[in-house]
Parts: sequence; C-alpha cells; structure tokens
Amino acid sequence: MLHIYCPYCEEMREEEEFNPAGQAHIERPLQPEELSDEQWARYLFFRKNPRGLHHEMWVHAHGCRKYFNITRNTVTYQIMETYKMGLQPNITASKEG
Amino acid sequence: MSQINRIAASSKRINRTRTLNFTFNGKEYQGFEGDTVASALLANGVDVIGRSFKYSRPRGIITSDSQEPNAIFQIGSSQSSTIPNPRATQTDLYNGLTASSTNGWPNVDFDLMSTVGKLGGSMMPPGFYYKTFMFPQSLWMSYEHLIRKGAGLGASPTLSDPDSYDKMHQHCDVMIVGGGPAGLAAALSAAKTGARVIISDEQNEFGGSLLCSKQEINGDLPSLWVEKVMTQLTKMDNVLLLPRSTVFGYYDHNLLGINERRTDHLGENQQQCSRQRVHKVRAKQVILATGAHERPLVYGNNDVPGCMLATAISTYINRYDVVPGNELVLMTTNDNAYKAAIDWHQAGRKVVTIVDTRSASNGELVKRAKSLGIDIIFGHAVIEVSGKKRVKGVDIAPINAVNHSVIGAVKHLSCDTVASSGGWSPVVHLSSHTGSRPIWKEEVAGFVPGETVQKQHSCGGLEGIYALSKVLSDGFTTGALAAQAAGKGEGVFEGSLPLTNDPQEDESMALFHVPHSKKTSRAPKQFVDYQNDVTAAGIELANREGFESIEHVKRYTALGFGTDQGKLGNINGMAITAKSLGKTIAETGTTIFRPMYTPTTFGALAGADVKQLFDPARFSAMHKWHLENGAEFEDVGQWKRPWYFPRPVETMQESLERECLAVRNDVGILDASTLGKIDIQGKDAREFLNRVYTNPWSKLAVGKCRYGVMCKEDGMVFDDGVTACINDNRFLMTTTTGGAAGVLQWLELWHQTEWPELEVYFSTVTDHWSTMTVTGPKARKVLEKVCDIDVSNDNFKYMDWIEAKVAGVKARIFRISFTGELSFEINVQANYGLHTWKAVMAAGEEFNITPYGTETMHILRAEKGFIIVGQDTDGSVTPQDLDMNWVVGKNKEFSFLGKRSWGRDDNQRDDRKQMVGLKPKDPTFVLPEGAQIVFDKDQPIPMTMVGHVTSSYYSASMGYSFALAVVKGGINRKGQSVFLPLSNGTTVEAEICSPIFYDPKGARQNV
Repeated sequence: MLHIYCPYCEEMREEEEFNPAGQAHIERPLQPEELSDEQWARYLFFRKNPRGLHHEMWVHAHGCRKYFNITRNTVTYQIMETYKMGLQPNITASKEG
Repeated sequence: MSQINRIAASSKRINRTRTLNFTFNGKEYQGFEGDTVASALLANGVDVIGRSFKYSRPRGIITSDSQEPNAIFQIGSSQSSTIPNPRATQTDLYNGLTASSTNGWPNVDFDLMSTVGKLGGSMMPPGFYYKTFMFPQSLWMSYEHLIRKGAGLGASPTLSDPDSYDKMHQHCDVMIVGGGPAGLAAALSAAKTGARVIISDEQNEFGGSLLCSKQEINGDLPSLWVEKVMTQLTKMDNVLLLPRSTVFGYYDHNLLGINERRTDHLGENQQQCSRQRVHKVRAKQVILATGAHERPLVYGNNDVPGCMLATAISTYINRYDVVPGNELVLMTTNDNAYKAAIDWHQAGRKVVTIVDTRSASNGELVKRAKSLGIDIIFGHAVIEVSGKKRVKGVDIAPINAVNHSVIGAVKHLSCDTVASSGGWSPVVHLSSHTGSRPIWKEEVAGFVPGETVQKQHSCGGLEGIYALSKVLSDGFTTGALAAQAAGKGEGVFEGSLPLTNDPQEDESMALFHVPHSKKTSRAPKQFVDYQNDVTAAGIELANREGFESIEHVKRYTALGFGTDQGKLGNINGMAITAKSLGKTIAETGTTIFRPMYTPTTFGALAGADVKQLFDPARFSAMHKWHLENGAEFEDVGQWKRPWYFPRPVETMQESLERECLAVRNDVGILDASTLGKIDIQGKDAREFLNRVYTNPWSKLAVGKCRYGVMCKEDGMVFDDGVTACINDNRFLMTTTTGGAAGVLQWLELWHQTEWPELEVYFSTVTDHWSTMTVTGPKARKVLEKVCDIDVSNDNFKYMDWIEAKVAGVKARIFRISFTGELSFEINVQANYGLHTWKAVMAAGEEFNITPYGTETMHILRAEKGFIIVGQDTDGSVTPQDLDMNWVVGKNKEFSFLGKRSWGRDDNQRDDRKQMVGLKPKDPTFVLPEGAQIVFDKDQPIPMTMVGHVTSSYYSASMGYSFALAVVKGGINRKGQSVFLPLSNGTTVEAEICSPIFYDPKGARQNV
C-alpha cells in the first residue's frame, strides 16, 4: 500500500484514495488527421514498461479529483517525487544514471 | 484427569487458584489460568495431538510458539464460533474451550489413513499427487476433493460469525515489532525522546524470551526487569502497547498490519467489545525486533511425540510449570541448549544424557550441567528414535558431520523425550514481506535481513545477536537511532544499560541434517517440514530429479507450504538442498516469506465491512414506495433499482407483458433517478462537449436536449446519454447508471491533462435529483393534471426541456424518450421525489398509470433498437458498427475523441461485427442472450462464429420474440438467415433484420 503525497492537497494520503491513470507525459497530437496510422497507433497503444524509474499519472479520485504525476521505481515501489500536471519531473532515469 | 506433568508452583504466569476446564477430542481436561492449550495438554500428559498430513503418523507438540507445525486445532464449540488451524501453542486457555485435531479419522489414536500411509509410505515421494493424479485431467476435480478430505487441515465454519471486528488506522514515529529484550529496550529508548511509539507482541504479555529465562538482569530475575520496563512504558502517553497483537504483514512505505486479539482469550461470544481488531500502522520508522527461532535437528523418526525443541522444554518448565516427560535426551550443536537439560534436571526429572555433536565444549553452561552430574557425550548424535505414539528410546552414534557419516557403534538409550537444538534462525519473515531478500551470515549460521528500501531497522536476535547484554544494548541503541531518524532526539541512548553477565559460550557447530548409518533414502523418515510431511530423503530426491532452484524445490516438495510457512523447517530444507547440490547455503539462497506471518482470520481482515457495510447500497428517494408496492429489485452498480412490479399470482413474464402493454397503450412510470447526472459549467462548456461527444453541440439552443455518444480515443463507444443546454455556459449531461463515476473522471482527465485552457467545471449531481419518466400515449393527460404550464406539443416539443412546477414542486421536465412513446422525464429536487411520484401516480390512476422496472425498460428500448452501452456494446464497437452514423459529426472543427481511430484499417473492415436485429423463425422462442451465431449450421465443429446475441426478449406489443445481436458484416446481410447452435444441442434459425422493430418512423414519440 503506497503512501502518496498529493501535490494539490499538499498531504500524504493512503493509496486507496487514488487511482492510477497510466503513463505520464503522453501528449495528444494536435492534428490527429495528419498522422499516419502507425504514428497514431504509437500514441494510442504503445506504452513504456520500464524496470526502475517510471513517470506515471495518478488521480486523487477520492480526494481533490486532480490528476498529477508521480516518479516511481517500479521495482522497489519507492516514490521519488510527485508533481503537478503540466510540470516536468526533476528526477529522470538518465539523471539517476 | 490429573495434571501429571505439572510441577510445584514456581512460575508467576500460572494462576493456580483458577482452574479452567476444557475439552480436547471429546475428553475433558483441566488447566490453569495462564496456560496455552498446548501447555495444558502437556500438563495432562497428552502425547498424540494429531496426525500428519500425508503419512498420517501420530504427532505431538514440538514447540511453544508460532513455529508449531503439528498442534493446529479446530477450536470453538459451534459452527458459528469454530476456527480452523490456530496453533495450540499460541491459543490462551479459557474455561469451556473446545478443541479437536484437524486431521485423523476416525480418531487420532486409531487412524485409518495411517494404514494407507504405512503401506504407501515408500510409494508417496514428493510430487506424488502430480505424478499420480494428473491423468485424465478431467478427473482432477474429483481426486482433489477426496485428497483434501483425506488430508484435512481444518474446516471452515458453516454458520455466520456472531462476533464483531474492527479496524484502526494508526500513525507513529517508531513502530517496534516484538516485545522481547531487544524490542522493550528499543521502545524505552525511543519513547524517552518523546517519539510516538507503538510496540506490539504476539504473546499475551511482553517479555519474550525473558519470561522463561533465568539469566539475571541487575541482580534480579529477568521477568522483574520486564515488569519495571512495562511500568515505565505504561505511564508514557506517547507509547501504545499492543499485546496479543501479531504483525501479520509489512507492506510498502512502512505500512504494517497488526491483528490484535482482544477477547479470544476470554472465551466465545464475548460481546463487550470487538473480538479482533486490525491496526493499520503507518510508521515513520520501523524497528524489527522479532528475535530468532530455534532450529530443530533432522534425524530418524524425529516426529514421534516426545521429540521437541530445546527452548520449548525450557519454556514449558519455567513459564508454565510443566515438564513434558520423565526421561530426557538432549541433542545439541551449541551451549545454549544446555539450559533445557539444566531446567529439566532442576525440575526434578531425569536427564538421561546430553548428546553434543561437537567434539568438546568448555562453556559455562556445559560446566554447570557437568557440576549437576548430568551425563554428556560429545561427538555423538541421536540418529534415530524408537516408539510410535511416544518416544521409547534413542539410538545414538558417533558422527562425522563433514562427510555426513556415522563413524562408530550405535548405542541404544531408553528415554521418553528428545530435545534437539541446531542453533537459531533469525525471524526474517517480516523483513522479507517488502521484497528484501535475506542474506546468509556464516558466523551466525542463519539468514539475516538483507538490503531494504523501507525505513527499517533491526536489532537483537534478528541480527544474529544472541548474548543478552548485547541484545539489550543493541535495542537501546537502535531505539534511539530510529527515533532520531523520525526527527526525535539525538540518536544516543542516555541512561545506564542494565547489567547482566552472559555465560561464556563455546562455538556452535553448523549441523542441520544428522547422518544415519543407512543412506538417507533407506533411513527411517527424517522430517524437515512436519506439516507437509517433507523429509530429507524427499528433498534429496527432488534434487536428483532436477529441481535445483530452491523455489522449485519448495513447490515440488511443498517445503514451507503449510500454515506455519516453514518456520520450523525451511532453513534445514535449504541446507539439505545445498548439501545435496554441492553448493553453499548462501549460493542456494532462501525462498521469500510472504504475508501472513501467521494465519489471520477473515473476520479480522473484513473488520466492520461486512453485510450492509460490505458494499454500500444506493436507494432512490422513491425506494420506500417501490418496497410498499411489491417491487422486485435489480442491482445496477450499487443502486437497487426496481426490476419489475409483480402483482399477486403473476409470473415475471406476465408482469413484464402487462407493464409493456400499459406503456404502449396507456401510460407507465419509471424511476430513472439513478441515471448519472453531471452539471457542466463554464464559458467553454460547449466546446468541451464538442470534443468529447461524437456529434456537434455548437448549435444546441437553450431549452433543447440532444442525445450524444462518447468514444474512447480508440474509437469505441463507452457511454451515451442525453445532454441539455441549460444556458450558454451550462449543460446538464446524463450518463448511464453504471458509467456515471467513470464518465466524470474521463471528463476531468481530458480537461486537466490536455485542455486546461478551456474554462469548464464538472460536478456530479446524480444524487441531487429525483427523476421519473412518465411515458405512453396518455402521458400528457397525466402531466396536465399536475403541471402548472402548457405541455401541449405546440408549446413543449420533442427534445425540449422546460422548467415548471409539478405537484407544486419546482421541476425540470425533459421531453426525451427511451421507450419510443410520448415521454416526459420529470426531475425534482431529490427530497421531493417521493411526494412528486405519489402525486403523479394519483393523477394517473384514471389512465391506468403503471409503474414499471428496468426489465420492461429494456424490452421497450430494444423494440426501438436503442442500445444499452455495456450490454449491446463491449468496448470493441464503433458508432459505425452500431449503424449510428447519424450521431457522428461530419463537419466538426475539432478532431474529437475517437474520430481519428475510425480511419484505421481495422475499423474500416466490411466484416466487423455490426449491430442488427434478429427475428427467430419460431416467434415464440426467445434466443438466449450471449448465444453464438454461425452462418452455416452444417459446418464441422469447431464452427466459425460470426457474432452473438446481445439483447433478447419477447415483445407483448408486437406478439413475437426478437433480439439485438452483433453479426460480422450484418448491416449488409439483412434478410439473410443465421443459425444459433445452443448449449442444449439444438440449433435455431433467425433472420437478420433492422434493429428498429417498433414504430420505425418514430412517430409515436413526436405527438
């Protein structure tokens, strides 16, 4: 059971208040019609499944209802940081080496 | 029956003034307050307490703690109070306790299965069940039933549990697991910094090993030191003491689950408070002070009742005043176990000999034993026990541990008890729960906690530190450090350490498996895991058969699979594997222990979340009326919705036909309050709708409604509903009953993550409104009687909504139709729902107004070809597949959700499954929903399936049965026949047709 800091509520809350919402930082193409099927499929279906650092989107479903981002280690379940929607992570796999 | 093994009173923990009566396997016994079931049985000289799992061998009590593999009982006097598999060693005795063995038939003293075990013993190697019962696979289910019955590991209660359970969330700076010397020292040290401390222990009182130790602390009995510490801790407001509380799981981010047994020790049906409580503790820092378990040695017939752990002997003597036998042989690899023989001797019973596997030892305890006149034989081991239901004697022999052999003459000694000690295994279970792999520490011959990402400390026995003075100082130090890590104190324990003199001990010997003069496969059974009857020979066989990974060995032999999780036998099993593979234990490694540490009752885990509180039920404001009018209910999500309203002596089908005809001919009324409703506001609300719905919203005028379909980005339909324009900045969206929460989250997702620049806000208003649909040709006549405005077709058109007063209550009325008839959907503030409903019912009486439920609603909408998302669609259906191109905006500026995906090749295929209607050839036959469809009924099996029935009913208004279905390329196959091979072996024929069966032109809703 994770203990998650909601960057909007500014509090540590129990995992049961949150829902995971998949990989973070996927941007919807501005002109979908101009993409090839392959490009569109890449946006639609392809997701990372890293062993180690991962940036995920979560929603404080039973709290403030805000979506936000988490940098999490998928092996140890450690949460390195949480940050608001629209911001970039401070911790990335390359920075960790 | 007298307590033949109870000795003169010396322990403070046994209250001789309070005799407790209890029953075991139908016989009555007495024990005292302070006893466990195990100590009371041993006091009464009960040897056989159960039969083993596979071979049905008689078994006795081996341990005094959570390691116990044999003494697992069925406890409780009734089918509502019985618990399967608690350990007798951890079950406090209470007056009237009823216990029985979990296996053994007809009884443990004469067991039929044991005959099978004897005959089949050599033919039941590891993997026996896999090898024997695999084929034919279809029979596995019946084998399994018999095997499980024969094996028997307790029976579940058959009646509902009358007790209550609860849960608490706790937060603290330092959580300490284990209340032995290390844990108590850590607690005191951490608490003195002002940190919030919780300390829990699985036993009925704190003290751990100190409760039965005689090593003085500050010149007094160690139990006196425990009392003093407890007095101090009890007075501190920042300390929560949890005795009888097992930490069953250590989870991510320092969450611990603790099962506190609050009344189990008092007897059954204690109503004064909850029986058990689960504490969910979120700790800033965790100190594991779980100590160590003594390891038994593995020798021939080591399961005969009377074979016990050395510490268990000391515990029963010193804590419970029970000596579980008369003549003891102790086999040990270390000095520490000499305590058991010394305690036995001092209790006035005979120590036959101490068999020490080492060549020599001059430790203090060894000297003390010698000075008491106890015989010691070095360089020897007990290689085999004789006796069936009780030890009768032992064979001892000189051994060479290095090349695993007996190197001299075998000598027989008479005795009735064999104690063994192979050293200590740190209790690494909890530290493993979060995924940390224990590491082998050669100098302590045991696994200790490995690296972890948790904010975790460990101290004392868990670290392989066993000398009491070192355990205490480690506890004090660790307590201060953990408090500091939690932001309290300076990290240093300031106070004087208690004084204690550790007896000087000589080095222990690393021995796990005692050699026998015969090779292991020929020797008498040498049990490693008693609960699963795993023997040393079985493990070696598994290794020979190619199972080399310790994880595979575990699964093939069932080593460590029992309710004891291999506490007693795992390390020995790994050592035997290592030896037979020619590896070190460090190379072989260990399996990972997982929650639960000891079995935890479902009652405790469920807490108060049972029955009505298990899953909340939601009721509309009109629920009371539905109950009074005999509604049958259907669960839709958490909602209880009226399913249909049967009249006396009506069948369900008759009710449905009556309700359907009333709507088609007169007027019906439906409670539609459960439909999801989302209030959408903001200047960009309209643009937002354009992006999430497939159809256009730019031109929807104030006062108008429109049906919309939502797709996911993959182009598949995921919700639908009607949205009304309240004003230019405000819309009311309705969703499916089950989809309400998901749709709201979906809207938030897109707004927050992709289009935050749009000024729009969402709020759920599902519960704010009571909704009733008045529908049928006479609906207007009913509404006219209760409504304060003109509801004629000229003034109030189809797909309009208006504000009006209904029965004196402010209402929004939507002229939308899900039945195909003239319909008015009346929405009032929720708490006026019942009043308004009753007023409408009264007004409609003269028009035969008929309440109908979800089933009639389904039939009526299906007659019109209106889909139910989730029933007629399944996440793989596009609007085009539904032949609903009319709901797709052709000229919308924004590339709305789902649009781009329709262009993908796969979504353009002609042979996609498309929604159609089906008319069975037999107009009275209702096709089963889910039935598969084929084009050619004569093709060989397996047939090519081309679709399935999604909705199917008998239509009273049309007089024939009909269905909605998805069929490959179905839209262009209208008029063709398809076939449905049914589960009963028959095949029926149906014709593909338009899904709109009733009033195809839609004239009736427009009047």
